Amino acid sequence: MSKSYTYPEFEYRRSAAQREGRVERHPLVVIGAGPIGLTIALDCAQRGLTVLLLDDNNTVSFGSRAVCYAKRPLEIWDRLGVATPLVDKGVRWQVGKVFLEDQLIYRFDLLPESHHKMPAMINLQQYYVEQTLVDACEAHTKITLGWKHRLVALQQHDDHARLTVETPDGRFDLLADWVIACDGANSDTRQMVGASFSGQFFEDRFLIADVVLKPGALAKAQNARGLGTVPERWFWFDPPFHRGQSVLLHKQCDDVWRIDFQLGRDADSELEKRPERVIPRIQAMLGPELPFDLEWVSVYQFACRRIDKLRYGRVIFAGDSAHQVSPFGARGANTGVQDADNLAWKLKLVVDGIAPESLLDSYDDERAFAADDNLLNSTRATDFISPKSRVSLRFRNAVLQLAATEAFARPLINSGRLSTPTPYTHSPLNTPDDASFAGAMKPGTNCVDAPLRHQGQDGWLLNLLNTLHGPAGGFTLLAFGPRPALEHVADAGVCARVLNVGGDVEDVEGLLAQRYDGQPGTVYLIRPDQHVAARWRSFEVGKIRAALRRCIAAH
Amino acid sequence: MPLNRQPNIADPDDFYRELIESQRELDDGQAEMMTTKLVLILANHVGDREVLREAIVLARDNTLAHATP
Repeated sequence: MSKSYTYPEFEYRRSAAQREGRVERHPLVVIGAGPIGLTIALDCAQRGLTVLLLDDNNTVSFGSRAVCYAKRPLEIWDRLGVATPLVDKGVRWQVGKVFLEDQLIYRFDLLPESHHKMPAMINLQQYYVEQTLVDACEAHTKITLGWKHRLVALQQHDDHARLTVETPDGRFDLLADWVIACDGANSDTRQMVGASFSGQFFEDRFLIADVVLKPGALAKAQNARGLGTVPERWFWFDPPFHRGQSVLLHKQCDDVWRIDFQLGRDADSELEKRPERVIPRIQAMLGPELPFDLEWVSVYQFACRRIDKLRYGRVIFAGDSAHQVSPFGARGANTGVQDADNLAWKLKLVVDGIAPESLLDSYDDERAFAADDNLLNSTRATDFISPKSRVSLRFRNAVLQLAATEAFARPLINSGRLSTPTPYTHSPLNTPDDASFAGAMKPGTNCVDAPLRHQGQDGWLLNLLNTLHGPAGGFTLLAFGPRPALEHVADAGVCARVLNVGGDVEDVEGLLAQRYDGQPGTVYLIRPDQHVAARWRSFEVGKIRAALRRCIAAH
Repeated sequence: MPLNRQPNIADPDDFYRELIESQRELDDGQAEMMTTKLVLILANHVGDREVLREAIVLARDNTLAHATP
């Protein structure tokens, strides 16, 4: 069906263990080579863990699927060294427009603040993301990829799990000290550990279509209809071409456009997927004169739900296997990548025997908190787009009609609140402030980027947090003002290295000091996942050591 | 400031007439839509989340108290 993309076929290799009938023990097995499994494998491997990554298929995602990637996941992929090809290939955007019928009633800008290395959002087909990540994983000596390896059974033991895996050569068993399940919303692993997965289902059905257009053709057609420039993210309520429902249009690369049509509750999923039903809908939208190729079609129903706990013994869940959201807000893949970011450094410290196993409980504390925030936002957006009762439909339409002329109603319009990181404000790893600070960089918050000069070169804070420690990262003490007497502070087996603003790096634009309220003497303790753990107005070794211990759960 | 539950409209009879009159030419659907918009317009004017919460609870509780079983 696809015309713009050729799906790669990755080579199935029979493992030596299966061939020789040996039961091999692995430190870490990741189930599922989607965007989250690949990211977590790469992050763990770069931190020094040996990873076996299993997938039941041997290619990338079929269809464009997750197409919007937000700044924070791009920053995480930049830490892992894979963001550049994604950003180069993707479509950058930051302005979204909302229409009622054919009238523009609202526009939003995702990144009013400039001077961040990564863009606010890119649109890119999921298969490109996966392909880039597969290449990086294949190139990493600590990662073994097992294509066409399907997990069929899992038994938990005290300090490991026993996995039964099926390949084209039959079944074999292996042992894993740790398992990370990234096998998606319909996770088999979740069922194997007996976890519950509950939440809210939505009855509305949505048609998702990818169409390929000639370069510039859509812009020309939109201009002819008086709709202005090339769309980035356009959302219609009740458009003339699809009455009574909503439509979302997104630009992707290769002149592929994603169109989501709301179909209502009574739509027949099988019937609506047929080209003879889909093509007239698209023609009504784009105009009959615009030729297009239909590339991928799917009909979805949404659910917003999460697993009861993210860790079951030696099995840890990340991505859609742990939490499923509606697509409005692009919160699925984006939050999954942040699961990986949160988990990899903790698991490494636990595997190395530096941190107690209870550090992994903070993964549940922090990422379940984020999942609940995503579920809340995703549910609210879905309720607005697809109201469940006559009264809620009336409130929704009242908001939309008022918004055409009344500014006050526009913030109530919810066509999806796009993914932003959820600060871990209540995390047990945070050391509470003992002084007052202005700005957003509270303990538990991901570090906002800022431009810096380093060894005569222009650079970025987030890259420097990383390069100082090699790709694996570590703890950083970001110290403003006079250089502290120490170059690092160590405790309980971990080390935080000083990055002195004014000495090691130069805050030429003053944006770092502004964003971090960095008065002279201010010190931030930054985690390996680039989140603030603690901050003070002076460099006191005792306090720093206590905060370090707290941050790895070593009390 | 808590929700004002004491009389606060200077000319109650005239206000009430104005409210009813404003919907005279509307069909039921339009009248319901207009009332909904009025709620949103006034809610925005109040702005204070605590006051809005009190008002929502009052309206709901009063409705349930009068509902026939």
